[in-house]
Amino acid sequence: MSKTFTLDGKDVPFRDGQTIIEAALEAGHYIPHLCHHPDFKAHGSCKLCTVKVNGRQTASCTMQAAEGQVVESETEELNSERRALTQMLFVEGNHFCPSCEKSGDCQLQATAYHLNMMTAHYDHFFPNRPLDASHPDFLLDFNRCILCSLCVRASRDVDGKNVFALAGRGIKSHLIVNARSGKLADTDFSAADKAASVCPVGVILPKRRGFAVPIGERTFDKQPIDAYVDTRIARKEE
Amino acid sequence: MSNLETAANPEKLRRVAIDPVSRVEGHGKVTLLLDDDNRVHQVRLHIVEFRGFEKFIQGRPYWEVPVMVQRLCGICPVSHHIAASKAMDMILGAEHLTPAAEKNRRLMHYGQIMQSHALHFFHLCSPDLLFGFSSEVARRNIVGVAAEYPDIARQGVLLRKYGQEVIRMTAGKRIHGTGAVPGGVNKALSREERDTLLADVYQMIAWSRDAVHLVKRLFEQNLEGYNAFGRFRAHQLSLVRADGAMDLYHGGLRARSMDGELLFDHFDYRHYWDKIFEDVKSWSYMKFPFLRSLGPEAGWYRVGPLTRVVNCDFIPTPFADKERRDFLAFDEGRAAGATLGFHWARMIEMLHAVECIKDLLQDEDIMGTELMVSGERAGRGVGVIEAPRGTLIHHYRVDENDLVTRANLIVSTTHNNQAMNEAVRQVAIQYLDGHEVTEGLLNHIEVAIRAFDPCLSCATHALGKMPLEVELVDAGGSRISALSRNADGEVAACA
Repeated sequence: MSKTFTLDGKDVPFRDGQTIIEAALEAGHYIPHLCHHPDFKAHGSCKLCTVKVNGRQTASCTMQAAEGQVVESETEELNSERRALTQMLFVEGNHFCPSCEKSGDCQLQATAYHLNMMTAHYDHFFPNRPLDASHPDFLLDFNRCILCSLCVRASRDVDGKNVFALAGRGIKSHLIVNARSGKLADTDFSAADKAASVCPVGVILPKRRGFAVPIGERTFDKQPIDAYVDTRIARKEE
Repeated sequence: MSNLETAANPEKLRRVAIDPVSRVEGHGKVTLLLDDDNRVHQVRLHIVEFRGFEKFIQGRPYWEVPVMVQRLCGICPVSHHIAASKAMDMILGAEHLTPAAEKNRRLMHYGQIMQSHALHFFHLCSPDLLFGFSSEVARRNIVGVAAEYPDIARQGVLLRKYGQEVIRMTAGKRIHGTGAVPGGVNKALSREERDTLLADVYQMIAWSRDAVHLVKRLFEQNLEGYNAFGRFRAHQLSLVRADGAMDLYHGGLRARSMDGELLFDHFDYRHYWDKIFEDVKSWSYMKFPFLRSLGPEAGWYRVGPLTRVVNCDFIPTPFADKERRDFLAFDEGRAAGATLGFHWARMIEMLHAVECIKDLLQDEDIMGTELMVSGERAGRGVGVIEAPRGTLIHHYRVDENDLVTRANLIVSTTHNNQAMNEAVRQVAIQYLDGHEVTEGLLNHIEVAIRAFDPCLSCATHALGKMPLEVELVDAGGSRISALSRNADGEVAACA
C-alpha cells in the first residue's frame, strides 16, 4: 500500500523522495507555480507554490512529501498571497500582454487568470531593459523576465553551455548572458537547446514567429492552466 | 483657406470653447474668438491628446508591430493592424500574398469598414440628422433614436454587430485580434464560419441599401440646408485600383484639385513622401499634411468616404455603384461637394463593403490553406490602406537585427485636419456670426466635425459620458457666463 498525504482533504499518493508538488501534479492536482519544472531540481524562488503543511507555510516544490501530512493549497488565504506575488511580478517587469506574442501561451498570464488577478494593484516600476536581438534566430526580451532561472538551469544542467545566469542581488537581480559582450550572438546558444524552449514567459523567443498561432488555438485558449497538471504540455516542449 | 485661423487682435476678443467635442472618437476641442457683437474672428479645432506610438515602437521586433499599433484605436484597430502588416510584408519581401491571405485580410477590412461606418452613422450622427441640429439635447442621442425610430436603431446595431463578427472570425477577437501577420494571415475562414456569415449577408445588403436611401431622403427634405452646411472646396486624395475603381485595401494614390483636375494618379504609395509632406502648427498636437507640389498654404486636402466616392471612376460592386451614380447626379452634383455628403458617401461605402463581404464569402479561396509567403528581406516598409476615415499611411524602418528604428504614421484624421478646420470655420460664419451663443448653435460646429467621422486621437472614447462645457470669457479673461452639459445630456448654467 502506497504512502499518502492529504491535499485539501483528498488523499494523494507519493513515492519516497518526491516533493509535495511533484506528487500532487502526478495525481492530477494543480498547485500554482512558475519556477517549478519536472525536469529540473527545485529552485524555490517564485513562492507561488506555497502551501500549508500541518498548519505551517512552506514551498511545495522544496518540501518532501511525508506520510500523514495535512496539506492545504486552495484556500483564500494562500490564493490571496499568490495573487499578491503575481501582481508584484507584473509590476517589477514590463508585461504588456496586449502586444506580447506569448499571450495565450504565457504561464504568468495564465496563472494570473487562474488567481483572478484583475489589476496589477501596485505601482509599476517601468524598468528600462533593452532587448537583445543580436542572435540571428532568437530574441531576448528581458522586460518579461520573472527570474525563475529555468533557462539558467536548462542551459547549465541539460545543454552544458551556461549561456544564462542571474546577476545582482535582491531587487537588483537580473538575467544576464554569459559572454564578454553580454550578447546572445556571442554565445553558442542554439535553437536545439533545452534553454530555447523552457521559458514560461516571453523572454526567450524564436525570431519571426510572432503571432503565427491564431487566437483560439493557443495553449491556454483551449483550457486554463490548472487543467495542465503536466507542465511539459503547457510549455509545448517536445 | 479661410482667414479665420488667427485673429489679428486676439486680446480684445472673448473666447468660447467646445471642450471636449462629443460624439467623435478621441478628445478634441474647438475655440472661437468673438468680439462684443458676437462676430467670429478666429476658429480652431485643437487636438489635445498625445499618443507617442511612433516613438515607443522603436526598438521592438517588426513582427510585433501590427498587433501593438492597433492599440492606437478601439474603433478601427483593424485599419492599423492591416496597414502595419502591409508595411511588414515589404520588410519580409512578401510582394504577392497568397489568394487566401489577401482575401481573408480584405474580409477583415470590409468587416471593419462596415462596423465603423454603422457605428458612426447610426450611433453618433443619426441623432443630429433625424432630430435636427438644435433639437432637444436630452433626446439627441442613440437612446432617443431607439425610442423614436426603433427599426433604424436596431438595424444600426445589427449591421455593426455583423461587421464585428466578420472581424472576430478573421482576427480571433472583435477588437484587437491577431489575424494579419507579416507575409499573410494566421488563419483562414472555416467552412462553418463562412456558412454562418453567409446566412445573414443578404439581409445586411438590404439594410445597407435602406441606410443609403435614408440619407438621400434627409437631403431631399432639406436640400438647401444640407448642401450649404459647412460647404468648402478642397483638393482630394485617395487610393484607387489600377482600373480606377474604388479599392479600400490596395491601390495607387490619386489626387484631384478642387476643380476636379488630376494632380497625380496611380502614384506608388511606397514613395508617398515625394507627394505628401507634413506641416506643424504651434497651436495643435496634430500635424497638417499637404501636397508638396502646392505647398503648405494651398496644398491641404480632404480624404475619407466623400473623397473616395467622388475620386474613383466607379465602384466595383453593382448596388453601391448605382448609389454612387445617383449621389453624383443628385441636385446637379451639389450633394457630392457638401460636407454632409460625407454621410451619404459613407453609407454607399458600407453597402460596397457588405457586397464585397458577400463576394468573398462565395469564394472558395477564403477557406484556403496557403496562408504565408516571404521573399527578400528589406529595411523599409510602407503600408497604405483606405481606413474607414480615409487614407492611412504606416511607414517603418527595421534594422538588420529585426528591430524597428523609425516609424511614421499619418492617420486619416490627420489628413483631414485643415479640411475640418475649414468646415467649422464655414459653419461659424454661417450660423454663429453675430448671434448669441447657445448649445444648439455650438452643436452645429460639432455636426460639421462629426461629418468627417474624426478619430481625434485614434483612441477609444466613452459614448455618452463626455461632458461639454462652454465658457464666455471677456477680453480681460473674466468669465461672463458658462453652460455645461453633464453625462446625462442635461444643460445647465454654471454658477
